Amino acid sequence: MAYTAKITVTLRQSILDVQGKAVEHALLNLGYGSVGSARIGKYIEVLINEEDRGAAERVCNEICLKLLSNPVMENYSFELEQVN
Amino acid sequence: MADITVGVVVFPGSNCDHDTMHAVASFDGVKPVMLWHGSHDLQGAKAILLPGGFSYGDYLRAGSIARFSPIMKEVVEAAGRGMPVLGICNGFQVLLESGLLEGALSRNRDKKFLCCDTFIKPVNCSTMFTSLYRQEEVLSIPIAHGEGNYFAPPETVASLLEHDQVVFRYCDANGRVRDETNPNGSVGNIAGIVNRAGNVLGLMPHPERASEKLLGSDDGRRLFESLFRQL
Repeated sequence: MAYTAKITVTLRQSILDVQGKAVEHALLNLGYGSVGSARIGKYIEVLINEEDRGAAERVCNEICLKLLSNPVMENYSFELEQVN
Repeated sequence: MADITVGVVVFPGSNCDHDTMHAVASFDGVKPVMLWHGSHDLQGAKAILLPGGFSYGDYLRAGSIARFSPIMKEVVEAAGRGMPVLGICNGFQVLLESGLLEGALSRNRDKKFLCCDTFIKPVNCSTMFTSLYRQEEVLSIPIAHGEGNYFAPPETVASLLEHDQVVFRYCDANGRVRDETNPNGSVGNIAGIVNRAGNVLGLMPHPERASEKLLGSDDGRRLFESLFRQL
């Protein structure tokens, strides 16, 4: 089975997100007073070929922890989509 | 007596490798060799220096891909056996990503890439990298980074302090450690840390850029000298 992993990596809430802050200020300057706390992250797509969804999830967690995110300062989440 | 070999790792995107080679070569009895990232051969080096730059273009995160290069496998193993390893700027980022040091470096507090002289002071002069400094003396050593904002969870910082692993702090010309003299937002003005065993040092300032008077400061020179005297 092939799965597309759609992975999002974001800075932990406790870490100052300077890019997010800059974007937030720009949005406020544009007059969007209702907008707040912008956070900027990374979006990564990876194709994973594994027997089943469980195995693909295991691989995805492993690569997120090992390389795609830095657990000291980042969180990750992902969705798996089966590729037909 | 034969010269002592010191390895300077070259990653694709390293740009302080030649400066570091130059600084090392200026010491009598020390021979620098370049170690290519794709090699497994430490070429008999007695200490390893990871230079500044943008290894692998800083893709994903600074240092995150360099840590998986073949040479780093050997560096991590050698460090485990007690080999001295010094990471400067991007080299510090690589050491953190590789787990040889604790914590992480994120984007500078004020979003800017900073390239300027800074004052730092050694707060632990009993390491093999700082033995020739006087405790609390003020050093002028430049920084050049966009991601030098040192972060670690409070329990990690507490543990670093408890074990004297904080080695350099950003300060002002009088040695005062204040938020206004913190260039990048690093927790506790931390500019450099050492591992528990004391053989792996990472710092954001560039001692190789302050290693002779011609460069405006030679305050970084004693860091190399301290290390080479131990080899």
